[in-house]
Amino acid sequence: MLGNIQTYLSAFIVGGIICSIGQVLIDRTKLTSARILVAFVTLGVVLTALGIYQKIVDIGGAGATVPLTGFGYTLAKGAFRDVDQYGLLGAFTGGIKAAATGITAAIFFGYLASVAFRPKAKR
Amino acid sequence: MEKILTKQEYVKYVEEKSPKSKLARNMTRAFVVGGLICVIGQLISNLLRTRGFSQEIVSNLTTMIMVFLGALFTGLNIYDELGRFAGAGSIVPITGFANSIVSPAMEFKSEGYVLGVGARMFVVAGPVLVYGISVSVVVGIIYYLLRF
Repeated sequence: MLGNIQTYLSAFIVGGIICSIGQVLIDRTKLTSARILVAFVTLGVVLTALGIYQKIVDIGGAGATVPLTGFGYTLAKGAFRDVDQYGLLGAFTGGIKAAATGITAAIFFGYLASVAFRPKAKR
Repeated sequence: MEKILTKQEYVKYVEEKSPKSKLARNMTRAFVVGGLICVIGQLISNLLRTRGFSQEIVSNLTTMIMVFLGALFTGLNIYDELGRFAGAGSIVPITGFANSIVSPAMEFKSEGYVLGVGARMFVVAGPVLVYGISVSVVVGIIYYLLRF
């Protein structure tokens, strides 16, 4: 019903490794979280283009697609798919089209949450 | 007499004196929390798959639900608390992307709904979209050129 236990274990390990790489970057290079996120999404696009990230997704499932590198994976995969379909135009349509759900959900739910909730007083 | 340290020397001195285990501890926390967030994503995907949705719908809906949860728990002031403990474990997953939108937008609500909420939402998300989308265009063009 809830799927193979193996899928959860793989997701935990692969997702955990990706996040701890981010932690090393924060602790060792003093990169801000914004730069980490930019680096991870870019890395996701590049690794997907090189055919490496698909293998990580095959192993880790959500462990590879939930981290922000997975957002890059969606963008690159969409760009390739649309290039196959529409040629050069696809490089401009594919990325956002494939990532539309994530982008729109982030903007819409992000806006709703920002309006509905109040920030807690800074400690 | 106390040696006067330059800024670089001081940073090095602090790094030498601070416990070596700090990185290991932070990495462990990031690993566990980040891993668990991904397990939640896997649970959602597996549940959707048993409902008979196609792979594409499953991955889109999973992203949507994870983003929703990230925004909700940020609004409830739970996600930032988690972030203090988990570090990159809560920043790197897509829930952290939602957090990076809601957190500044909420904080700058007093500046109004256009330049406060509307603009501040993209303090971090903006750069992520700029670089993610631009690089995807570049690899798309390269892929197009290499196909022929």
